[in-house]
Amino acid sequence: MTVTEERPADGPSKQIGAARHRKEDQRLITGRTKWTDNIQLTGMLHLAMVRSPFAHATITSIDTSEAKAAPNVITVITGADVAEEQGGLPTAWAITPDQKSPVHPSIAVDHVAFAGEIVAVVVARTAAEARDAAELVDVDYEELPAVLDLKKAATDEALAHPDLGTNKSAFWQLDSADAGTGGNVDDAISEARANGIVLEREYRQQRLIPAFMEPRSFVCDPTGEQLTLWSSTQIPHITRFFLAVVLGIPESKIRVIAPDVGGGFGGKLQFVPEEVIAVLAARRTGKPCKYTETRSESLMTGHHGRDQWQKLTLAATKDGTVTGLKVDLMADLGAYAGTVGGGVPILGAFMYNAIYKFPAYQFNCTNYYTNKVLTDAYRGAGRPEATFAIERVMTDLAAELDVDPLEIRERNWIRHEEFPFTTVAGLEYDSGNYEAATAKAKEMFGYDELRAEQQRRRDAQDPVQLGIGVSTFTEMCGLAPSRVLGQLNYGAGGWEHAAVRMLATGKVEVVTGVSPHGQGHETSWSQIVADRLGVAFEDVEVLHGDTQISHKGLDTYGSRSLVVGGEAVVRAADKVIEKAKVVAAHLLEAAADDLEFSDGRFGVRGTDKGLGMGEIAMASFAAHNLPDGVEPGLDSDATYDPVNFSYPHGTHLCALEVDTETGGIQMRKYVAVDDVGTIVNPTIVEGQVHGGLVQGIAQALFEEAVYDDAGTLVSGSFVDYLVPTAADTISFDVDHTTTPSTTNTLGTKGVGEAGTIASTPAVVNAVVDALRSFGVNDVQMPCTPERVWKAIHSSGTKGDDPTEEAAMPHFDEAEGGVK
Amino acid sequence: MTRISVHVDGAAYSDDVEPRMLLVHYLREQLGKTGTVVGCDTSNCGACTVHLDGRSVKSCNVLAVQADGHEVTTVEGLATDGELHPMQKAFHESHALQCGFCTPGMIMQSIDLLNENPSPSEEEIRTGLEGNLCRCTGYHNIVKAVQSAAGKAS
Repeated sequence: MTVTEERPADGPSKQIGAARHRKEDQRLITGRTKWTDNIQLTGMLHLAMVRSPFAHATITSIDTSEAKAAPNVITVITGADVAEEQGGLPTAWAITPDQKSPVHPSIAVDHVAFAGEIVAVVVARTAAEARDAAELVDVDYEELPAVLDLKKAATDEALAHPDLGTNKSAFWQLDSADAGTGGNVDDAISEARANGIVLEREYRQQRLIPAFMEPRSFVCDPTGEQLTLWSSTQIPHITRFFLAVVLGIPESKIRVIAPDVGGGFGGKLQFVPEEVIAVLAARRTGKPCKYTETRSESLMTGHHGRDQWQKLTLAATKDGTVTGLKVDLMADLGAYAGTVGGGVPILGAFMYNAIYKFPAYQFNCTNYYTNKVLTDAYRGAGRPEATFAIERVMTDLAAELDVDPLEIRERNWIRHEEFPFTTVAGLEYDSGNYEAATAKAKEMFGYDELRAEQQRRRDAQDPVQLGIGVSTFTEMCGLAPSRVLGQLNYGAGGWEHAAVRMLATGKVEVVTGVSPHGQGHETSWSQIVADRLGVAFEDVEVLHGDTQISHKGLDTYGSRSLVVGGEAVVRAADKVIEKAKVVAAHLLEAAADDLEFSDGRFGVRGTDKGLGMGEIAMASFAAHNLPDGVEPGLDSDATYDPVNFSYPHGTHLCALEVDTETGGIQMRKYVAVDDVGTIVNPTIVEGQVHGGLVQGIAQALFEEAVYDDAGTLVSGSFVDYLVPTAADTISFDVDHTTTPSTTNTLGTKGVGEAGTIASTPAVVNAVVDALRSFGVNDVQMPCTPERVWKAIHSSGTKGDDPTEEAAMPHFDEAEGGVK
Repeated sequence: MTRISVHVDGAAYSDDVEPRMLLVHYLREQLGKTGTVVGCDTSNCGACTVHLDGRSVKSCNVLAVQADGHEVTTVEGLATDGELHPMQKAFHESHALQCGFCTPGMIMQSIDLLNENPSPSEEEIRTGLEGNLCRCTGYHNIVKAVQSAAGKAS
């Protein structure tokens, strides 16, 4: 029996569960933060990118002479200059062995596949001089037909990459009959067509932009034995691996540092051209090189998210019991397969069945290339799309049967006593209680009263109608069991590493392989270790984001940090206790079995003799009196590979008012009751939910990356891409139910993506709910006032006119209009 | 090059700057005031908000030469004698920041908001912060922080 198991299960838990204020805040609220763009090195050079204005073209010539002659320009690098050494940017996830993946050079050599692709790089002594000279690079293009629309891409009439011969990247299927996890979906649909209900729906997942607040920045210092790359990335470890593979540099000669990183949301889960270019430029010039993107460059060339068409066929009996679900997905990868790339929609494959007991299921996905910036992971990655579609169609099933949308869910969901439950997609859900979360949400929401108000407004034909939207979501978190990733043809594992170092003074350093960028890991990890080792919260220092300090790790995404990385921390801490116990027994002249560890102290049972963790750390450091064969030091490592995902769930309820005369929407109340398992820090968890909610609401109501018919991103600035402001949002009612996960020691489930996944369908369900009496059964996202108004006033349509492909008029044009 | 003299966070600076240099670049690159950050290029995000003679401005929308003879306060100049400004404390205690990139601008704007209106309603707070974008918090706790700071001040 290990020492830790002797601790009472309900023993002193002073830190886990406490609403500790964050350790990170001090530097952030005083402006003492180390963003990559803050880094200045002696002799540092600055890069500016020359980018293609065309979505699809061949490069016929590049004249750099004028730029090279500009003041303080050191050099100009074209794709041809580095064609032999730059390699191609890899995708980690070819979803099938025969996936077509066009070569993605960091600097285009002779072909550009999206507007914004880099064609040349100016290196100058200041950023302004680099930018000025970039204007002087003369590039001749021969335009090619651009493939912009996903459905047109599927026809192969025009090709995004003529060399590939097709726009199709890969086809991927999950079929419950083939997998032995359920019945035949076509049989279920045939039966329902004859004797039940069949709902066929098509939903559009518009293109979104992660829009993290810190523009990406990269600094490469080539001096010294190892080259150092500072990068505003979520994935320093993966970046180091890719740099080694792509540029043929020994991995041991590369150090990647993610200093303070200003948000990511998946948008910094990417190995990018600019990283390769910073390294190439630094090696060529022998000087440190920096590149910081502008916001417009960020929106135009950082990867986007979503962009799918989803066709669902839902089969049910006449009483509303679902008998089968078939999903046909088209996903737009953009111009290249990104780091996760084609795998993003596949992450959704396991989630369309959601919290329900569907007996038959089939998921078909085809990925296509277009001449737009590539898509990749954006908060939720595959799972928001799946959750949106199923929660929309389940609501429509309720409408079809004229029952409450919560009632139809309850008829089909997994009951709490049925856990663990193996789903039709083959996952084993370990724990959950959908009844409890729903009951709590309804009570907080005042569900019955709002329904009554809705009826009153309908009866009175109030021009302002009330809509109530429901979303009972689940997600798979804690990416990921390495074996599962292997089965899915993903290029890496999903384990995580941690080290706990006991310093001689009793202070503790925790090294974690995850790489936070706003999540508060320094605080939460301190809470975990403080409890585990019985040391003070303040005495724990959490180190991360530098491959020389945290030499091993798989970084932060997919709500994995706490569930996988936190478990590694727990296991490393437990090894420290095991080591300390041997030393304590020796020093106390007691049998190890007679020791009990509590509150950071080893006591000899039945006596008042004992030693604190700090004393043992000092004794182990001095090493004057250790048992034979015991190494000095208590430091311990652990690498944890999960055996299962975790499955947070929750019930979200949204009430909003729709002005039927203007199409304007005013959110009135939003209740989120999430079961994220054991909560380490409730303040941080609530913050994650709030932020997630607004990102999901933004997809429902505000945001869309819109291209014009030439392939230019017209929502390429914050004037046109509508990240919500404080004035666009409301305060939320957030609470929790807790069924601990059984797949990790702490019982945690992950919370980073929950709000985003749950809220989009809750909001759109509310919009549609407000408009049902007008014969409206769908409004395409984002549900702008224009779309809502059109849906109302052309009864029965879906409000699915494409978003106007025009940017806001520029100031001079607007002024011209006034004259 | 143009000669300017500016007081920033209580210290006097005198520099030759290019006429086109933005105040935010002057603060960051010439004075090392990297607490103030650049989040966009269209003056939408407000991450670069500082105080110019006590009123909030987006320092990406002000030329360095326009600050000549004026007083600039950045987030780095808020604390006095090692004591955090009440708004800094309120942001910390209300968990009004996550990644923290928008935070300097958000704090500077929130202070300006309360200077104008010491006891704002929630709606007035939300409208007052409309020019500052945050992608992490959903604004919920930022609003709470401003309410909390207003409560303590009154």
